[in-house]
Amino acid sequence: MADAKMVTKKGGPAEQRRGGEQGLAGLSREELHHLLYQMLLGRRFEEKCAEAYALGKIGGFCHLYIGQEAVTVGAYSVLRPDDYVIAAYRDHVQALAKGMSAREVMAELYGRVDGCARGKGGSMHLYSKEHNFLGGWGIVGGQIPLATGVGWAIKYRGEDRVCVCFMGEAAVNSGAFHESLNMAALWKLPVIYIVENNRFGMGTAWERASALYDISQKACAYDMPSAVADGMNVLAVREVVKEAVERARKDSIPTLIEARCYRFMGHSMSDPVHGVYRTKEEVEEAKKRDPIRIFIDQLKEHDLLTDEELNAIDDRVKAEVEDAAEFADRSPEPGPEELYQHVYAQEPERGWLFFDRKNRLRQ
Amino acid sequence: MAVITYREALNQALAEEMERDPNVFLMGEEVGVYNGAYKVSKGLLDRFGQMRVVDTPITELGFAGLGIGAAMVGLRPVIEFMTFNFAMLALDQVLNSAAKMYYMTAGQFKCPIVFRGPTGAALQLAAQHSQALEAQYIHFPGIKVCTPATPADAKGLLKAAIRDDDPVVVMEGELLYALKGEVPEDEDFIVPLGVADVKREGRDVSIITHGKMLHVALQAAAKLEQEGIEAEVLDLRSLRPLDVDAIVATVRKTNRAVYVEEGWPYIGVGAQIVDLIQYEAFDYLDAPVERVTQADVPMPYAKGLERLAKPSVELVVEACNRVLYR
Repeated sequence: MADAKMVTKKGGPAEQRRGGEQGLAGLSREELHHLLYQMLLGRRFEEKCAEAYALGKIGGFCHLYIGQEAVTVGAYSVLRPDDYVIAAYRDHVQALAKGMSAREVMAELYGRVDGCARGKGGSMHLYSKEHNFLGGWGIVGGQIPLATGVGWAIKYRGEDRVCVCFMGEAAVNSGAFHESLNMAALWKLPVIYIVENNRFGMGTAWERASALYDISQKACAYDMPSAVADGMNVLAVREVVKEAVERARKDSIPTLIEARCYRFMGHSMSDPVHGVYRTKEEVEEAKKRDPIRIFIDQLKEHDLLTDEELNAIDDRVKAEVEDAAEFADRSPEPGPEELYQHVYAQEPERGWLFFDRKNRLRQ
Repeated sequence: MAVITYREALNQALAEEMERDPNVFLMGEEVGVYNGAYKVSKGLLDRFGQMRVVDTPITELGFAGLGIGAAMVGLRPVIEFMTFNFAMLALDQVLNSAAKMYYMTAGQFKCPIVFRGPTGAALQLAAQHSQALEAQYIHFPGIKVCTPATPADAKGLLKAAIRDDDPVVVMEGELLYALKGEVPEDEDFIVPLGVADVKREGRDVSIITHGKMLHVALQAAAKLEQEGIEAEVLDLRSLRPLDVDAIVATVRKTNRAVYVEEGWPYIGVGAQIVDLIQYEAFDYLDAPVERVTQADVPMPYAKGLERLAKPSVELVVEACNRVLYR
């Protein structure tokens, strides 16, 4: 398994300890701070989500990503803005880190008209065409064939972009996963499939759901390169994804990556943090490897972060999250006229598309 | 106008649209080297190459989803299902991903994709290969569905479907592929979605239908003519959008209607049509609307039982006689 030590080999430890210009893992001090900012933004944003959910401002299903921030932020650190990302339903941080504003994401969670999907998607369905963030999909494994199609389109057009597809470990037992990996390998599509193994598919521990423990081995069936990353270590994730992205961009070869991480929260807001399927002790033990703490320690160890800088980043993040929540509160709910909009992109000149006679709009 | 087969008409539609728009590609089982299980894609691999005519593994969910992902970022895939029986494996992608994409993204992402292939029974293919599944698709908002019954409609509707910005399901008929008819050669000939077609005029009774059953309806109308009954035959051509005006117009004209379809009765297409007629043309009806469907059983293999299970000319004539109180 890749870890921080592997990553820090690059520049030589002595050099890195001096900090400053040398940076770490090929990243400058500013770039590293940006990663920390993204991780902290995700964390604070979701803490706010939990609060807003308790107040009834966010409804429905709401799956928090707390504990897994290193996976997304590490992976994104090697992507270009024009690269595509597609995700499952635990997607808040994946949307934010791709460049979507905290305002438009929070407003979407609040079901307001200024949300990225005008309040029609909610927590599980975040999208941004501008930022090449393709969702936000709610059926386990459903996004995997879509990612494969995005890879197909990249190849079809002869572009040098890549598509990153996130999924939880529970999705890899689905047919969609295997059908997709087979086609991606067969046709050499530039897709990086990142499995976020947070140990539990809802309440079912991985070893209770899969005959094979090591997810990366599943790539063997498709003659596809694979790797395992320490998903609690942002630079370790970066290192592994970097190699995969280069392979995809240059040679149009897909990769399967297993990022081993841990979900600090329940499966969704209605699922307690611990209880039936895991003990309090297990969760507390896992929290000792908080990815944000690990990264802060790494940066400090290399003189790449001062307490003042950390506080400044955290203050900025908190202000951004507060602003997003206030913005979402102020944003109006979508009006009734929105109900029938965006069902079809093209209305026919003749013929009915709606069979309730749009009766919800009748006075 | 040239007289060509339904299969050739579909082939022309594909070739013309692929020529016209480089974003259009065809993907499915056996569409390339084999030239299509029903030879619809004959010659297209040679003409357009393997990036645009793509043989897939047998993996309906996978390649349907692949097409949807490609459509999401701007390509215009035509996904061929060898038959819609097999497309049931892909329903999650068609109905959960394609149908809802434009809505869930509030218009950010369109999904211009065509799913096409044969629906309904052929001859003695037994229960799993003989299903008319139109109702499965029209049930879902976000999807468009059309069912060409003639070579001209096959060409015109498929071209319209490929040019449409929404997911369109084009449901053909296995027994129709060899059917010949006149087809316009104009490259911009299209049959717009949502426009029904009166295939035979009459004043006594309306036989309303879609897809392959058009031909059963026309045969029934010919029989009724011998008995002095003039039946009007309305081919809906597309089921969503649905030409409700045309349905109402024919019912107003004849005051009696029979719906003929290949699928099962319960929540079938006809169930919806009857609802529309009773709501939109209640005062014009002189008799309850009759429906002729497949028997409400899985399709049997044995020749006699299969014949008994399918909608037949005799059953349509009987239904017309009932609404005429004859």
